[in-house]
Amino acid sequence: MRLTLLNVIVAVVIAIGFAALNAAYLVWAERRGAARIQRRPGPNINGPFGLLQPPLDGIKLMAKQLTIPGGADKVLFIAAPVLAMFPAIMSFVTIPFSETIVAKNMNVGVLMIFAFASMGGMSLVFAGWSSRNKYAMMSSVRAVSQAVAYEIPMLITTITVVMISGSMDLMEIVRQQSGSILHWNIFPLLGNSHNILMPMSFLIFFTCTLAETNRAPFDLGEAESELVAGFHTEYGSMGFGLFFMGEYANIVIGSCMTTILFLGGWNAPLPFLGFIPGVFWFLLKLYLLIATFIWIRWTFPRTTIYGLLNLSWKILIPLSLFNLLFTAGLIKVF
Amino acid sequence: MNSPILLQPDETFILNVGPQHPATHGVLRVKMEMSGEYIVEAETVIGYIHRMHEKMGELKTYPQFLMNLSRMDYLGALGYSHGHVLLIEKASGIEVPERAEYIRAIMVELNRVASHLFWFGAFVMDLGGFSPLMYALQDREHILDMLEGVTGSRLTYCYFRFGGLYNDVDDDFISAARRFIPRMRKSLKKYHALVTGNIIFRKRLEGIAPLSQEMCRKYGASSAVARGSGINFDVRKNEPYSVYPEFDFDVPVFHECDSLARYNVRMEEIEQSLRIIEQGLDKLPDGPIMPEKKPKLIKPPPGDYYQAVETARGSFGIRLVSDGGKTPYRLKLRSPTYSNMHLFDEACRGMMIMDALAFMGSLDLVIPEIDR
Repeated sequence: MRLTLLNVIVAVVIAIGFAALNAAYLVWAERRGAARIQRRPGPNINGPFGLLQPPLDGIKLMAKQLTIPGGADKVLFIAAPVLAMFPAIMSFVTIPFSETIVAKNMNVGVLMIFAFASMGGMSLVFAGWSSRNKYAMMSSVRAVSQAVAYEIPMLITTITVVMISGSMDLMEIVRQQSGSILHWNIFPLLGNSHNILMPMSFLIFFTCTLAETNRAPFDLGEAESELVAGFHTEYGSMGFGLFFMGEYANIVIGSCMTTILFLGGWNAPLPFLGFIPGVFWFLLKLYLLIATFIWIRWTFPRTTIYGLLNLSWKILIPLSLFNLLFTAGLIKVF
Repeated sequence: MNSPILLQPDETFILNVGPQHPATHGVLRVKMEMSGEYIVEAETVIGYIHRMHEKMGELKTYPQFLMNLSRMDYLGALGYSHGHVLLIEKASGIEVPERAEYIRAIMVELNRVASHLFWFGAFVMDLGGFSPLMYALQDREHILDMLEGVTGSRLTYCYFRFGGLYNDVDDDFISAARRFIPRMRKSLKKYHALVTGNIIFRKRLEGIAPLSQEMCRKYGASSAVARGSGINFDVRKNEPYSVYPEFDFDVPVFHECDSLARYNVRMEEIEQSLRIIEQGLDKLPDGPIMPEKKPKLIKPPPGDYYQAVETARGSFGIRLVSDGGKTPYRLKLRSPTYSNMHLFDEACRGMMIMDALAFMGSLDLVIPEIDR
């Protein structure tokens, strides 16, 4: 595929459209899902099944005045919400939805996505620091230690997968897992590594994704019962809206990565189901993972900050390191 | 544009939690001196919704003051009214029919279950789990419906009268209460499976905020705060009143002294209250609900009277100094949450803010009851 100007514009528009649509309608899905879990109707007034709720919420937020607190650092205060949304949208460019649907495949796709993902932490720091609010400040300090603690096991686990596949190209990683469910990296009995510890790696990666995206039970950055609203306490209007959408866009990216790295991307679970287009399987896996995110959020209470750090440094990092070494040994043997 | 933030020499800062803060469940303000996330010193500031109930008690006649009691603690209102009517009946020598006392006990226990359910939901919400609140409110709704049918109101009841009750219970109430007990037991099992057994929940409460027995005694703590620290004190057992000696129930006591012990005490209390309601419904005698002979004007003879009751929040005491007039000379309300709250200042030193606010949730504070 030659990279013409038209191609780039179409790709970017589709990426932004997909990200924004997902972010908006995941809010709706989350509210409906939470309502279902809590035995109440949820948003059901605007449009059929409340489907007009997200655009109306967006209009309401945009119509509001953006207040900047006195003494806040204006530049960073305005930059922070943009930083929350921008890396997630950029990451969509390289996500392959099927063999053919990908905006721009790169041979270092994994690296690019993690590079942008670590910028997400920066937006929390900027938001918390520039608001000049004690709650926001405490929240951003937590966000930094959380980001440091959880990116390490996440990256180590990713390296394990990259070692098995021998490539940083997302499409190549998916192609390696083609065949049946036993070729996927989550349970690669027939794959080229035969590593029985991969389910554990999957759980580590999934936990880290929860923590990376600041979702419950790891939503310490916006622990509403102690830090009011955390880093976005001082944000109103679309500033808050961007943080909100950024959170959901990050969930989509995290789930996409989990699907690609562990669940075989667009591959069908059984070979005879291969006649169904790959994009169906990809979206099915993606939304099942997102449903799990929502389910977990409305079931568990929040952890403590020290519980979170202990989990990362004492359990997740040693386990993921061990699996890295184990995988390296297996690759040498087979 | 930016003025530098001045730190004190010891590098601590003041965090003003409240008066409007999600964790304080009302207008309680806590001035915390923080060192990072650790609390160096905390000071609770109260009085934002002080309504002078005690002064109103001196100005109003006895029947006029009846409705004030339920405005103190809006979650477990009937327990407070119970204390008041018991005191005035004791002071003026009014005989209460047995049926009325049984119905009072049933109502108070139902109200206690409703209060504990709300606390349970709010407490788990303090810890970040939102869904149990919705389940708890649904169960509480059944109780409120039952109470509404008999008392006429859902939250601030004015049901008890000197000598008896405003309204007799009907068959609808009795059958609804009988249906409610097994349903609530089933729900309790669900709560234990969903919340009590949850590893995150346990890790956040086990060993957090230990309260020694000495500290509980020093501050006059009661209810689950004292019973979670191994102090076996329940006014219903220790200074029996009303028809409570007729009932067979246990006082749950836990010796771990931590937040989880306080949680366990309250959850066990729901079960014990259900037992009392069950026995009350079985033993409910027939008869009038108001005495035949009752003074037209309530004027207790001069003297000093005191009555303590066990409300959902602890030992509630009400003291009356009468000069023989139509209004009391002095009416003192001893509110249990006031004592329980003051533990917080001392107990939360050196804790992290999220543990401290979880601890505050385990104290079951209702702010209008502190401020009176």
